[in-house]
Amino acid sequence: MSKSKPCADLAIGLIMTRDVTVSRSLRNRLAMILTGGAAVLAIVLFFVVRGYAAQIAQQGQDNILSASAASILDSAVLRDGQVELDFPYAALSMLSTDADDRVFYAIYEDGALLSGYAGLDIPNPFRSLTYDGATVRVATASRTLIGANVPRRVSVSVAQTQDALSGTLNRISTNVAVFGAGFFALATALSFWATSTTIGQLRRLTTSVTRRGPQDLSPFTKPVPTEMAPLVGSLNNLMSRLDQSLKQSEDFIAEAAHRVRTPLATVRSYAEATFQRVENPENRDALRSMMRAIDESSRAAGQLLDHAMVTFRAENLERSDVDLNDLLRDLVQRMTPIADMRDVDLILDATAPAHLHGDPILLQNALRNLLDNALKYAPADSRIMVRVQTIPSLSVDVSDEGRGFRLGEIDMLADRFVRGSDSGGQIGSGLGLTIAKDVAAAHGGRLILTNTPRGGACATLQF
Amino acid sequence: MRYIAVLTLAFMPAFLFAQPWEDEQLFGSNTSQTLRILSSTDTSFFAPVIDSFIAARPNIAVQYLVTGTADLDDVFRQNPDQFDVVISSAMDLQLKLTNDGFARQLPSITHPDWAQWRSSLFAFTTEPAAIALNTAAFDGLPTPRTRQDLIQVLRENPDQFIGKIGTYDVRQSGLGYLFATQDARTSETFWRLMEVMGSLDAKLYCCSGDMIDDLIAGQILVAYNVLGSYALGRADTQDTLTVILPSDFPTTMMRSALVSKSASSPDLAEAFVSHLIALQSDGAHGVFPLPPLVGAQDTSARASISLEPALMTYLDTLKRQTFVREWEEAIIQE
Repeated sequence: MSKSKPCADLAIGLIMTRDVTVSRSLRNRLAMILTGGAAVLAIVLFFVVRGYAAQIAQQGQDNILSASAASILDSAVLRDGQVELDFPYAALSMLSTDADDRVFYAIYEDGALLSGYAGLDIPNPFRSLTYDGATVRVATASRTLIGANVPRRVSVSVAQTQDALSGTLNRISTNVAVFGAGFFALATALSFWATSTTIGQLRRLTTSVTRRGPQDLSPFTKPVPTEMAPLVGSLNNLMSRLDQSLKQSEDFIAEAAHRVRTPLATVRSYAEATFQRVENPENRDALRSMMRAIDESSRAAGQLLDHAMVTFRAENLERSDVDLNDLLRDLVQRMTPIADMRDVDLILDATAPAHLHGDPILLQNALRNLLDNALKYAPADSRIMVRVQTIPSLSVDVSDEGRGFRLGEIDMLADRFVRGSDSGGQIGSGLGLTIAKDVAAAHGGRLILTNTPRGGACATLQF
Repeated sequence: MRYIAVLTLAFMPAFLFAQPWEDEQLFGSNTSQTLRILSSTDTSFFAPVIDSFIAARPNIAVQYLVTGTADLDDVFRQNPDQFDVVISSAMDLQLKLTNDGFARQLPSITHPDWAQWRSSLFAFTTEPAAIALNTAAFDGLPTPRTRQDLIQVLRENPDQFIGKIGTYDVRQSGLGYLFATQDARTSETFWRLMEVMGSLDAKLYCCSGDMIDDLIAGQILVAYNVLGSYALGRADTQDTLTVILPSDFPTTMMRSALVSKSASSPDLAEAFVSHLIALQSDGAHGVFPLPPLVGAQDTSARASISLEPALMTYLDTLKRQTFVREWEEAIIQE
């Protein structure tokens, strides 16, 4: 492709973002949903695990407390009508904790405090309460002793502060928090990875759309993810319709030009015949203007046809080995009569061997257009140089001794239907340079327009 | 206002307690800030510690009050705001004081786990219960190494030992009760020894000091469960005593200190406890008469009685009634 491609790309890219209404980034939205979800999950995880751990830890303390109460209660006996409790050392020993939790106990006989700490008796088996300024967990158990006279109800409450428990819970909380944070970090990293992978597919598609040449309307054939298939399908469909409609309009133009050209030729021959017969100068002038207009129309139609042909053939180049020197010699020979009519010398400098693998018809068309242009703008008694060069690369330049291109317009002259502002009375359609440019592009080259040091125009086809 | 309060507090003990202290001594002449220490340890053991404490703080005074372990517990429970530091050899009573919320937590003091409880109660000595003998009386008799040996010697020589045996009255002495209950918990031998001692009309003492005094004076020939530190302290100078640490099972306790939650000079009290445990742990033993806290490296040397809530077991009213009754049945044989 030609070296001007990146500029075309940039232009397309700019157009795309400028013309599309953007509603937030899909990537950000995805990442936000995934990260937010992970955060919510991490927080839920923290509270669930912590709650569960608290429950288990509390259950552990309850078990020990009730074992302690049971072993105290177990030692209760009735001796001589008196309740005696010779409870084992282990009953309180089992309540030793790392945090040195305080221990309270109370032994009741039929609701009256027998020994231990007052104010602990509670009906429930387990309860938390505040005792002596500390939160304690209390376990209560009771038993009926059958004596000689009346049954005695003995109940034992054992209480313990919760320092070790809260220490354990804090440790678990810290661990779970670290775990949750780790989970969150990992999930965030994963979500970013997932997001960029997903968005990567879109980006690849975008790149391949962007990278296409302006004329390329062929369907996308690279595999795309299922979710993107409808989009690519629609895009392909759109492009094929666009392609079709472009072709239709080109066909239409070619057809129209063709249809117009034949009647124009007929009209011209009538006009010429009439011109020969008429002697009134006014009528002759009118007829001359008429023939001139017909020529212009005919030429425009011819160039439209040429352009359509170039466009068509550019997509399906029929390449063969072309000797540019032969081709140019032939062209120059054919155009010399026209040049002579204008007192212009057509000089061909084709000494270097110039072989090219290309479409001869297109190349001939392009070169003829360049020569046509030169002939049109060359003043009388001047020379047109056609020179073949092989260094640095194969190129053909056509230079005249006319006024040259206007510097401000040079960049757009090769666009369709653009004519120089100083084209004066010259007949032209504005397609000549376009055709030359398209042919050069189809052969991987380009058209360079410059002015010669002496002021004339110089058009170079560089391959 | 504050000045008046300090003054009032400083003079209140004098008005409040018509308490017959075993000993009462004021260290330092400056009475602007007085640290009041309630202790069961003889003044002579603590004087060097207090002197070294005051040496670095010339603007304070230390009032050192001595009473028996059980009495100490009563006095302190009734007036916890009258004392700053409580020092006792009765670990069980000290632990119960702490458990009942009388002690201030001192989280800035670092002490090994096994030698402290709730960062409130700090042990600073390791002291075994010993059998002290009158050396002359055992001339020609095998020296008992275990409780079983002692039982045998006493049984075989009732005429020589009748009325000449001494041990703690567990009803009066908190430390004696602690030793007795721990002995009983460990082995049945204790009960048999008590029965033998009862049959020999044992004398009962409130304190180690008295027991050793009588031993030296020849009033008694055997003292059981006397504090090793007290006995050894005198054995150095008196050839009359032989101190035996029974080899069947040792009963070892730790003397401990706590700072009253309602102390009027809590910072000073904390500084004192910190000073005390630093002295007792760093190996400067020769200087101070108190035995050191051992077991930091050697786990087996640690006290056999550990600081844990189970110490409160025998303080239970019912347990105590049962134990004292059984003890009385064994030792008091009318």
